[in-house]
Amino acid sequence: MAQFEGSSVRRLALPVKGWVQRFAFGLLIAAAVGLMILGKVESRFVETLRVTVTDVAAPVLEVLSHPAATMASMVEKFRELVHLRGENTRLREENLRLRQWHAVAQKLQQENAAYKSLLNFVDDPRPAFITARVIGDAGGAYVRTLLLNAGTGDGVRVGQAVTNADGLVGRVVEAGNRSARILLLTDLNSRVPVVIESTRVPAILAGDNSDHPRLSYLPRNASVFPGQRVVTSGHGGMLPPGLPVGEVIEVVDGVIRVRPFVDWHSLEYMRVLDFTLPGVLPSTSLAGPAGPLP
Amino acid sequence: MRVGFWYRFEIAARGLTPLILTLMLALLTVVPLRIPDFAPVTPALTVIAIYYWGIYRPDLTPIVAIFAIGMFQDMVAGTPLGLTSLVLITVHAVAASQRRFFHGKTFLVEWWGFMLVAPVAALVSWILASLYFGTLVAPRPLGFQLLLTITLYPALAWLFARVQQHLLRPA
Repeated sequence: MAQFEGSSVRRLALPVKGWVQRFAFGLLIAAAVGLMILGKVESRFVETLRVTVTDVAAPVLEVLSHPAATMASMVEKFRELVHLRGENTRLREENLRLRQWHAVAQKLQQENAAYKSLLNFVDDPRPAFITARVIGDAGGAYVRTLLLNAGTGDGVRVGQAVTNADGLVGRVVEAGNRSARILLLTDLNSRVPVVIESTRVPAILAGDNSDHPRLSYLPRNASVFPGQRVVTSGHGGMLPPGLPVGEVIEVVDGVIRVRPFVDWHSLEYMRVLDFTLPGVLPSTSLAGPAGPLP
Repeated sequence: MRVGFWYRFEIAARGLTPLILTLMLALLTVVPLRIPDFAPVTPALTVIAIYYWGIYRPDLTPIVAIFAIGMFQDMVAGTPLGLTSLVLITVHAVAASQRRFFHGKTFLVEWWGFMLVAPVAALVSWILASLYFGTLVAPRPLGFQLLLTITLYPALAWLFARVQQHLLRPA
């Protein structure tokens, strides 16, 4: 506090400083609670702050995530080596089955193309995508999110769907310049419009921090049973329709649980889908970057 | 004159190690380790660090800096902003206020103290998180996280003790 030259300032500042030191604990507790309330009430401001800090930390995290990934893949390789034989047999069988499906699919594709041309059918726009690496998974019991090493600078926007080879992983909730946060399907706050693939029953897939999110808001008397595939419905125009999401695993007392297709612990590279319905809404109002407030 | 400056610089830099270590642990909790089901139960490494330095060198871990580290962790991990700050400064206050009791005691007493402090910290954070999200957050991952954190305490405490011996001079 050597800057305070004026004695009147010092006379005023010193008691304040002593007082602050004495009550620092109480003040900081109050500040923490205040921050939590601020995050709830004025979430946009807190989001901007969060995005800025995460952007700064992103390069460090990126560096740290490389050795971690190498370690993980070494362990994985060793495990694969142990199960090599069994895996080989399983893959042979699967390959055989897939060959049959391949033939069926080709025939159906041609048929489908023929029908579509008869009907002048308008295809869904094909989403472009951005591939990004996972540089952080939020440790902790409260949130299920991932950090990606791509941000608005790479074309990532808030609201975009994130998938990997298995299916839908989640959606972008915060996008900084070079990092983005994805909310996983399993997070407490995740809500995704879906349909049961075979029966086209619409529902909302709601996460609750468990591994198996719940299906809710189904129409009355909708019959759902284990084994049915769940895909995105595209309702709301934010996510492309038909992305594989998961499989119904249990229906107990009206609570329907879905097991996502995504393998949560082998998430390394993600695809961020750049999907906007053309001509419905201007893309800026659909998914604006989480930049500073206008 | 120059020697004096570098000497003071070195002392200051060494004095910063507890905070830098804590900050690094905050980052480390976010690094994806891709161990099955590990992310939700990632041990609260910063809680360990704050407890340890609260007992041994509270003079090097000012409460405002701890608050800032908590905020940083919240921002990077995506947890409600302020939650980790609150937990960390509480743990610090408890540890620093009881430090006289721990001095000269064996490591087991220190660990036992942590076994009392960590669950309280977890409970406080669970209540706050449940209030924040407006629903009872599943407590089970938190329980596992707590167990892992307590199990990991000796290893990190050993590391901190080495740092304290070699880098820091007695207060």
